[in-house]
Amino acid sequence: MQQDSTHTDVPAPPAEAHVETHHPGWSTYWKVALILTVITVGEVWMYFVPAIVASRVFVPGLLTLSAAKFAIVVMFYMHLKYDHKLFRALFTGPLLIAACTLIALMFLFGHLVAKLGR
Amino acid sequence: MSHAELTLDEVGVAGEERPYGFKSKKLVMWLFIIADGATFGAILFAYGYIRVGSADWSRPFAFIPTIRNGIVMTFVLLTSSLTMLAAVRAAATGRVGMAVRWLGATILLGAAFAALHLREWFAMIAGGWSLSRNPMGGSPLFGAAFFGITGLHLLHVITGVVAISVVTILFRRGRLDASYIETTGLYWHFVDLVWMFVFPLVYLMNAR
Repeated sequence: MQQDSTHTDVPAPPAEAHVETHHPGWSTYWKVALILTVITVGEVWMYFVPAIVASRVFVPGLLTLSAAKFAIVVMFYMHLKYDHKLFRALFTGPLLIAACTLIALMFLFGHLVAKLGR
Repeated sequence: MSHAELTLDEVGVAGEERPYGFKSKKLVMWLFIIADGATFGAILFAYGYIRVGSADWSRPFAFIPTIRNGIVMTFVLLTSSLTMLAAVRAAATGRVGMAVRWLGATILLGAAFAALHLREWFAMIAGGWSLSRNPMGGSPLFGAAFFGITGLHLLHVITGVVAISVVTILFRRGRLDASYIETTGLYWHFVDLVWMFVFPLVYLMNAR
């Protein structure tokens, strides 16, 4: 049977199995869920300790724990650790640029506030 | 499979070869997540600024019911991420019935999260809170920040529940393949990801 000429020119798809099916197993998922639960318990525990809430550690501590959960979910649940390196570059590149911009802005405004005496 | 049997989805748009060997919808979902992440990042950063800049910022949340409710919501969302992972694995191994059941569990958990969230919203609105009104007498920006941030997240949760429902129906009918489950899963984990910041920054930092 003669094939449609428009179809015969279609290139074969590249192999995808090696980049799209390499995911961690259930033992990893359960361990990650346990770690996420422990971190959340840690966040709530911080709220129950008045000395921590009143100290300068509270906000940076919560942000650090949130960032840890963020990284864990992205790496294991969203499979970025196991996925194509282009996804890693696409995600971590802008994230680093945004983080550096925000930190630079904070220092800039902090410096301006200190200089203007307000 | 001969070239004649290849579908458009397998080779990309108009027969164009994929240079990196992955489906374009996954790349598009990652690009969307980056853009949406920037939106949430900007909103949370702005929230941080107005919170630090407001001398009379209110801290209205008591452990019971608000923080306890937030802990339950966190648990529900984390569990829904696990059920989504189970659905992705089941779909990838061709177990359609199992995948549909796990997707159903994810939809139920997502709906439960939205219901818990809305219950809390209605309680706050009944207590006099609104976008521009603070019944505690402090900065009215609290209501705007709280409803704005949690509202945007809630919108994402509801959108996710609708998207997963549609994908589940089409997957069950055989009109979508397993890669769509994975792509939808990426979105759902992103919703979970945002909550990782919303819960401590909006709830725990505003607890009495």
